[in-house]
Amino acid sequence: MATETKTIRPQESPATRFWNWLTETQVWKSVFRHERPNTDRNRVLVMLSNIFLHLHPVRIRKSGVKLRYTWCMGGLSFFLFLSLTFTGLLLMFYYRPTLEYAYNDIVGLREHVPLGIMREMHRWGAHAMVITVWLHMFRVFMTGSYKPPREFNWSVGVIMLVLTLLLSFTGYLLPWDQLAIWAITVGSNMARATPFLGHEGPGAALLALGDVKLIHAADDARFALLGGTFVGEGALLRFYVLHCVGLPLGIAVLMAVHFWRVRKDGGISGPM
Amino acid sequence: MDFIKGIFNAVADPRVYFLLMVLALVGLVWKRESIASNAFGYGALGVFTLFFALGGLDPNFRLIITKPDNVPIVGLIFLLVFFVWYSMKQAVVNDRRIAKGEGPEEAAESDRVWVWPDLVYTELISLIVCSIVLIVWSIVLKAPLEQPANRAVTPNPSKAPWYFLGLQEMLVYFDPWLAGVVLPGLIIVGLIAIPYIDTNKKGNGYYTFNERKVEITLFLFGFVVLWCSLIVLGTFLRGPNWNFFGPFEYWDLHKLEALTNVNLSEYFWVRALGQPLPTNYFLRELPGIVLVLLYVGALPVLLSKKLFKTYVDKLGAPRYYVTVFLFLMMMALPIKMLLRWIFNLKYIVGIPEIFFNI
Repeated sequence: MATETKTIRPQESPATRFWNWLTETQVWKSVFRHERPNTDRNRVLVMLSNIFLHLHPVRIRKSGVKLRYTWCMGGLSFFLFLSLTFTGLLLMFYYRPTLEYAYNDIVGLREHVPLGIMREMHRWGAHAMVITVWLHMFRVFMTGSYKPPREFNWSVGVIMLVLTLLLSFTGYLLPWDQLAIWAITVGSNMARATPFLGHEGPGAALLALGDVKLIHAADDARFALLGGTFVGEGALLRFYVLHCVGLPLGIAVLMAVHFWRVRKDGGISGPM
Repeated sequence: MDFIKGIFNAVADPRVYFLLMVLALVGLVWKRESIASNAFGYGALGVFTLFFALGGLDPNFRLIITKPDNVPIVGLIFLLVFFVWYSMKQAVVNDRRIAKGEGPEEAAESDRVWVWPDLVYTELISLIVCSIVLIVWSIVLKAPLEQPANRAVTPNPSKAPWYFLGLQEMLVYFDPWLAGVVLPGLIIVGLIAIPYIDTNKKGNGYYTFNERKVEITLFLFGFVVLWCSLIVLGTFLRGPNWNFFGPFEYWDLHKLEALTNVNLSEYFWVRALGQPLPTNYFLRELPGIVLVLLYVGALPVLLSKKLFKTYVDKLGAPRYYVTVFLFLMMMALPIKMLLRWIFNLKYIVGIPEIFFNI
């Protein structure tokens, strides 16, 4: 008499059964072109077939996934940028960059939106991003990760640091309150002392045709920055456009370069 | 209690404060072996927490640290203390391993792991933690909104956004064309230049101090002592009229500080030679101009012969001169600070006629 082998199926929880069913449906399989990532092959496929995940390599140095080494500051900077883009987009629905409306729209956001925290998330997120970018650079310096072959990516990073500060600086003006215009006034006053290009800068007096000054208050570096001789309507519009369109586009392009180069320069740094 | 507050107010004076920051850096670098313990790091964080908690009982201190836009800087202080100590600790741990011939920790972890799940889950968790922190922060603290913009009413003090307060602090010592344009420009250029002038092949991709002593010390000096500590100074210790106020001091609008700053030209012509100032401004400022030219032009050459001879050999002439120029520009700030504090020197070269003051 042949013995019968009895297969005992392990008890699966309803959640697991639902998960197993869900990942076998046609809809799921049309979105994710690979099996569940529980075998080595599928762990490769999940990274290669997903546009968001394919920024990553498939495998990575063990030290590169340790918080002890990376502090996660670069990743957090990127996440904060995404969060700022999203909250900023929502704020743009309610904000008009004119002297007439700017301040009132911010008051409206504060007074008429119950439990609204979008402006808070945007402001504190921006402060946090400045700090995470600094700490990211600090970590990269302390691990010597700027050394060859990553010199160029460090330079790209420095430009992104400048753009981060400019993004924060241009956003500072938009609420159009006392804090905003005076901070921008203090900051932009520097521009009029630009050598040769600012009307109170050294050398500007040399740029003259006879008695006609080529560099004066209405055409110098500060004027270009503010669109006027003081922080007024021109400055508000200029800062708004730079803050919402110009600078984010610039930094997004550089981010693409930065992440691409992290991969091309040999992935996250480690001892040679 | 007032006595203790008095001590802190005195210590926070820009001169003492800056000196203490430099000493802290020297201590950090020199005594790194003994601070590389968890007890020291978490102890330091504890001391800072205690300071802010007890200090918060004082109304003047509470006013300045709870100002919504200053809260991130309180956070920055804690993060900096932690990460400067932490990176130093990691460096010491690795240096000990390297001395024993084991190689840095990171080299022992050079085998590969799967990005899914090892990295993507770490990222997901960081993302969730970061979101929670941001949302809680946003619920607890309202974003500031002051009175509508009014060009007729200038707030006193008028401060730039916090990340530029180090530059605004530099305005005490330099004119805007240097503090606001040239030196920030050189910071950016200098940062970009770092990988191209640092030819040390060691210390690439792991924490270490012994293999990169000079680079790390200089970077910590620039980033922590000059950039960050001046931001803290500008945020917490500068009040109306950009006068200095201790952390527990009331911001008195009518505090008077005598400005008896004197130009180098007056020291040279009037006080040393007993003559009136020459009317020709070039002649008047000649001593200062010569000094500046010596500092920028002759000093690098002199240093290359003696003190920095090893660096000329190591870097080659072009890299050496770029490096030493950036270094001297960085040191220009502490030098001008010292000259101001010791000699009340206002300008080394002062030609207001063409806005050329150094």
